[in-house]
Amino acid sequence: MKLLYFAWVRERVGKTEEQLDLPAGITTVGELMAWLARRGEEYAYAFENPKVIRAAIDRSHVRADAKLAGASEIAFFPPMTGG
Amino acid sequence: MTVTIRLQREAFDVAAEVALLTRGRSDVGAVVTFTGVCRADEGGEPIAALTLEHYPGMAEAEIARHVEEACARWPLIAATVIHRHGRLTPGEVIVLVATASSHRQAAFAAAEFLMDYLKTRAPFWKQVEKVAGTAWVAAKAADDSAAERWSAPPPRHEAAK
Repeated sequence: MKLLYFAWVRERVGKTEEQLDLPAGITTVGELMAWLARRGEEYAYAFENPKVIRAAIDRSHVRADAKLAGASEIAFFPPMTGG
Repeated sequence: MTVTIRLQREAFDVAAEVALLTRGRSDVGAVVTFTGVCRADEGGEPIAALTLEHYPGMAEAEIARHVEEACARWPLIAATVIHRHGRLTPGEVIVLVATASSHRQAAFAAAEFLMDYLKTRAPFWKQVEKVAGTAWVAAKAADDSAAERWSAPPPRHEAAK
């Protein structure tokens, strides 16, 4: 699946997107954030407070308990400040 | 129902976009427009510019979902949402929301609904350039509560065709 990062999540991770094979045992968005946070310093920094990070699966907002099965694009970003 | 949704880097002519809402029709009795403009300060500090980052693909889809929701709630004849991205300097237009209906209540309510949802649900992020460097604008709780008040839906009407 493709992971996308925006705004300060992107800056902290240090990349805009990457490909990832879903790790075994990871089934929800929240579990994926916790798994990413253990991947290295930059990920730990980006996901240090997962409660403030929003997520989208295939371009629709989802909550942390959303299932990843069937997802092809998952995005992580801070609360939105458009308009 | 005429819907225009555009995300673009370039500036646009607000008056020309608003004129399109009524062109060639005689059933519009009310047009409400909201224009969001880049201020020269953020949180009391002067800024040189702001840069809007967005999630291409999702931003359009999310705005379209909210326009659809607005059409289900109010008898709209036309709606336009244009949101810029990239670097903007103070005085430049960031966003235009314009709604047209036979009567003012629907146009006012739908424009406000669309703006409240744009602020909290459309995937855009503002970064400002201050003297000390760049900073991401923090989301405001007041924007969340403004969007929250629409979450109890009023009775639906037959959408204007």
